[in-house]
Amino acid sequence: MSKLTPVLSAHWDEKDSFTIEAYTRNGGYKASAKALAMDPDAVIQLVKDSGLRGRGGAGFPTGMKWGFIPQGDNKEHYLVVNADESEPGTCKDTPLLMANPHVLIEGCIIACHAIRAKHAFVYIRGEVTHVVRRLNQAIEDAYKAGHLGKGIDLVLHVGAGAYICGEETALLDSLEGFRGQPRLRPPFPAIAGLYARPTVVNNVESIASVPAIIANGAEWYQKYGTEKSKGMTLYSLSGHVNNPGQFEAPLGITLREILELAGGVRTGHKLKFWTPGGSSTPLFTDAHLDIALDYEGVSAAGSMLGTKALQIFDETTCVVRAVLRWTEFYKHESCGKCTPCREGTWWLVQILRDLENGSGSEEDLAKLLDLCDNIMGRSFCALGDGATSPITSSIKYFRDEYIAHVTGKGCPFDPVASTIFSGAGAR
Amino acid sequence: MFSDQDLAVMDSIIKRYPRSRSAIMPLLHYVQSKAGYVTNEGIELIAKLLTLETAEVSAVATFYTQYKRKPVGEYHVGVCTNTLCAVMGGDAIFAGLKNHLGIENDGVTADGKVSLEHIECNAACDYAPVVMANWEFYDNQSVESAKDLVDSMRQGNPIPPTRGPKSLPTWKENSAVLAGINDGRANEGVQAGEPTLLGLKLAKEGK
Repeated sequence: MSKLTPVLSAHWDEKDSFTIEAYTRNGGYKASAKALAMDPDAVIQLVKDSGLRGRGGAGFPTGMKWGFIPQGDNKEHYLVVNADESEPGTCKDTPLLMANPHVLIEGCIIACHAIRAKHAFVYIRGEVTHVVRRLNQAIEDAYKAGHLGKGIDLVLHVGAGAYICGEETALLDSLEGFRGQPRLRPPFPAIAGLYARPTVVNNVESIASVPAIIANGAEWYQKYGTEKSKGMTLYSLSGHVNNPGQFEAPLGITLREILELAGGVRTGHKLKFWTPGGSSTPLFTDAHLDIALDYEGVSAAGSMLGTKALQIFDETTCVVRAVLRWTEFYKHESCGKCTPCREGTWWLVQILRDLENGSGSEEDLAKLLDLCDNIMGRSFCALGDGATSPITSSIKYFRDEYIAHVTGKGCPFDPVASTIFSGAGAR
Repeated sequence: MFSDQDLAVMDSIIKRYPRSRSAIMPLLHYVQSKAGYVTNEGIELIAKLLTLETAEVSAVATFYTQYKRKPVGEYHVGVCTNTLCAVMGGDAIFAGLKNHLGIENDGVTADGKVSLEHIECNAACDYAPVVMANWEFYDNQSVESAKDLVDSMRQGNPIPPTRGPKSLPTWKENSAVLAGINDGRANEGVQAGEPTLLGLKLAKEGK
């Protein structure tokens, strides 16, 4: 039996999978009809019972988040879907929405009913025009078919290229028409979110998982995954592998198992380091191939499941170069609100550049770690924390390689060897 | 610059939201669809429509990298140079295009056809190295394929995206899509590329 369990991805191979005709043909919009006939609290309970946890990175139980919305408060409630997929390595929501935007819309209808919201927003990143097109058309078609517009409205909001807007409170500020900068919590969005009203912010994959749970029941969902990490999820494999792609499997599968399915690390090469859930999650090495890729397993091994973005790098890759580039990204994307993140990422880049080009010193490693210590946990949001992850984990596993840059006065790697068009071993 | 018809569209964008200020971002995309970039005139118009100060609109426009304060090319090319794409060949592609076009980061060719920018992760890592043009996907690129792409743009007949519409829309046309205007092209192109379907294919084979 296959280790893979396509549910979200079950119909992606049908040429018209993104149309309302295909979605309806495959049983779509039956779950929302079922949910709308249920008491909202029963829907929340069902999602709680399923064990579904947030797929955007933090893994917070989805049903519990919905349950935090105060009821009978005579205020508007809002559902906001975070489709601002920008974490380096993360590439699951984008293909999901390109192939099947209606599953998100159906999930929104169910979630709105559960939290007693009449208004949902999907905040999608602006750099994926064709996905915007597909989702916009799907929303129009859902209105025409009467799934939307009868008590629940859905607005597509397109971002404009700021990673920080993937952070839920920055996203809300951006949606309100301001610069996307995180808010101090509390109050949490469940109390004062969009327009200071009770708001649920969920990732695309979390909401898209809901229709199947409503249709098949909590017990069905509970059968998949591990004790505290229930269900199936999308693992995105990229980098130096023979066959990159999306793998929908129960939580708890290992990288070794996924690599076997993907034909292994690119031929003639071996695994050096990888991210379990995007660049903000501490690096792993070939010693971590058998870690269960669920929330607890990855956390116990010193990293985070994050977005399940498995970026694979083989032995041709310079870890200092890789970490420098990620650090440049965090510096560029820091919104500038909190000093430790704004200034700290700037200094991290200076020091890493020196190390990579051979003008650094061994003391720089201590300085990097000290800076990371001063950034970690000292800002409104987790961007700065994420910036420290690749640095501290790479120094932990590859200190010798940093030192080799110092003693050899430069980078010992040939960047051409790591490209896919390098010749030997190239795909 | 902005006709009565444009103003009617902008009014409909504002009406999407419970509070008008939320319309700033789609209105800025819309200004780019008409003017090609965020002009002072566009900022003044948005401020007037939303009863805001021009400084409040500028503050938003300058925060987000997709809003340009000077003209870009008819085809705006972004090369992903975030770590994974960079390592897999993005750095070589970006260097190759700079050399081939004779422009630097954020530069525009003299004919106004092509502009170039290095971009961050664009959520297509299983198709690395990735190049975007007017924010459409060009997957699995090489230095040569990227040069061919920009050459085709300068000849006025751009190679179509790998996962996107049948032909590459212009910068202004796609800016309108980002403002939420349906161009009727959602059904064009593939539903998914091979990497997207790999897990599903293996599952069906029982692997």
